[in-house]
Amino acid sequence: MNAIYILWLREVKKYSRSRVQIIASLGQPLLYLLVLGFGLGPVFQRAGGGSYLQFMAPGIVGMAVLFTSVFSGIALLWDRQFGFLKETLVAPVPRINVMIGRTLGGATVAMLQGTLIMVVCLIAGFRPVSLIGIPLGFVFMAMIAIVFAALGTSIGSSLQDMQGFQLIMNFLVLPIFFLSGALFPLNNLPKALSFVTKLDPLSYGVDGLRAALTGSAHFGALLDAVVLAGVAVALLCLGAWRFSKIEI
Amino acid sequence: MGAMIRVENLVKKFGDFTAVDNISFEVPKGEIFAFLGPNGAGKTTTIKILTTLLRATSGTVEVDGLNPKTHENEVRQSFGIVFQDPSLDQDLTASENMDLHGVLYHVPGKVRRERAETLLKLFELWERKDALVKTFSGGMRRRLEIARGFLHTPKILFLDEPTLGLDPQSRNQLWTHVKRQNEADHVTVFLTTHYMDEAERVADRIAVIDHGKIVAIGTADELKQKTNAQSLEDAFLALTGSTIRDESASSTDQLRQVAQMFRGGRR
Repeated sequence: MNAIYILWLREVKKYSRSRVQIIASLGQPLLYLLVLGFGLGPVFQRAGGGSYLQFMAPGIVGMAVLFTSVFSGIALLWDRQFGFLKETLVAPVPRINVMIGRTLGGATVAMLQGTLIMVVCLIAGFRPVSLIGIPLGFVFMAMIAIVFAALGTSIGSSLQDMQGFQLIMNFLVLPIFFLSGALFPLNNLPKALSFVTKLDPLSYGVDGLRAALTGSAHFGALLDAVVLAGVAVALLCLGAWRFSKIEI
Repeated sequence: MGAMIRVENLVKKFGDFTAVDNISFEVPKGEIFAFLGPNGAGKTTTIKILTTLLRATSGTVEVDGLNPKTHENEVRQSFGIVFQDPSLDQDLTASENMDLHGVLYHVPGKVRRERAETLLKLFELWERKDALVKTFSGGMRRRLEIARGFLHTPKILFLDEPTLGLDPQSRNQLWTHVKRQNEADHVTVFLTTHYMDEAERVADRIAVIDHGKIVAIGTADELKQKTNAQSLEDAFLALTGSTIRDESASSTDQLRQVAQMFRGGRR
């Protein structure tokens, strides 16, 4: 238990110390929020979709959580490069605990980042429909964070160096974001696209956030929660298995 | 009975490359055992197998009577290690690195803080304990790694070229401390070094390894007698030749990467 706690604490400490990184990581979501939010707003409105900012804000929060949690998992590669990974791998702690500590730490950091973006959305004019929705929103944020931190850990355990990073970014993380319905509604899509969006775990995360914060949902909050929980368990198992196989 | 480390017919291959080629040796409890060899001879690979970081291709390995493959956690509890290359978290302070290590090795809070203070003072890092490790010089980082390795009291201490980049004062401090631990607590020490004088000074027995094979094993005097050499350095050169092996170390790493890529790809 202590090992899980100290490794969790390490992630949180490192995050709180990297102010430059925190500000840098706000850049991309802000760009989407402000440029797309205000740029596409009038078109969205005319098409009868209501306020675009209101629609996309949960998606941008989901995006921030996705990026932060996947990268915190992939940060395993940095620890491998700088050697710290060895220190945790020879310690008399079951590897599963090392993996859980890291993953929970990464998920916590992702939630902090998501909360930050949420505050920015509020400043930009986003309004949740009810106060009760906010705690539920945090539950969905936590689920997204755990799912993708576990995915990041699985990837980080399987790669040897940073060379595969671009590949992961372009062929996994960005598609997960773009296909999640963060930027467009999932109804009335072409069949193929609709099918792919249903396979994307983030679709359920964003939908859950949207259900909690704006009251409108595509799949429904219950289905979202069930799917996310299932995927989280599967990816945690995958991550634990990949992590246990690391040789240095 | 009494063997802390037992290795029999150990082989480790990375793809087609044989890094450790059928070696056998035993280290009894309480002995200081030195592993000498040119770069890329297989020293670090052997240590990695003994410390559960790598799995052997074939052969038997026992650490404190247990197989590192099947009893990972018990084996990990029994040893401490100072790695050849850095293993600190540079974004944490010196104390935080010590503390994290102590928690991972189940050292109780009070003991952890006391020992950390003693060790940081011993290796003259106490004044900088709250500075981030990334602001440390190479020598200071090295000293912190060593101080950390002593934080818990293991049965076996692995020191993989611990004195690399250290000044004579710190080297002296290190070996005095190692000797003291060895005498007081019967800690078994398994070390590798490129400094022959160190090996001669602290080691009870020395094994010389080259191209993955043990070419000689015995006390420093026995090795000198065997090769008719005046000094251990001459004995070492007589046993391993005088060609420089720097290249083989990096090509080993490359081969390992290729091998790992292939293995990763097939899964």
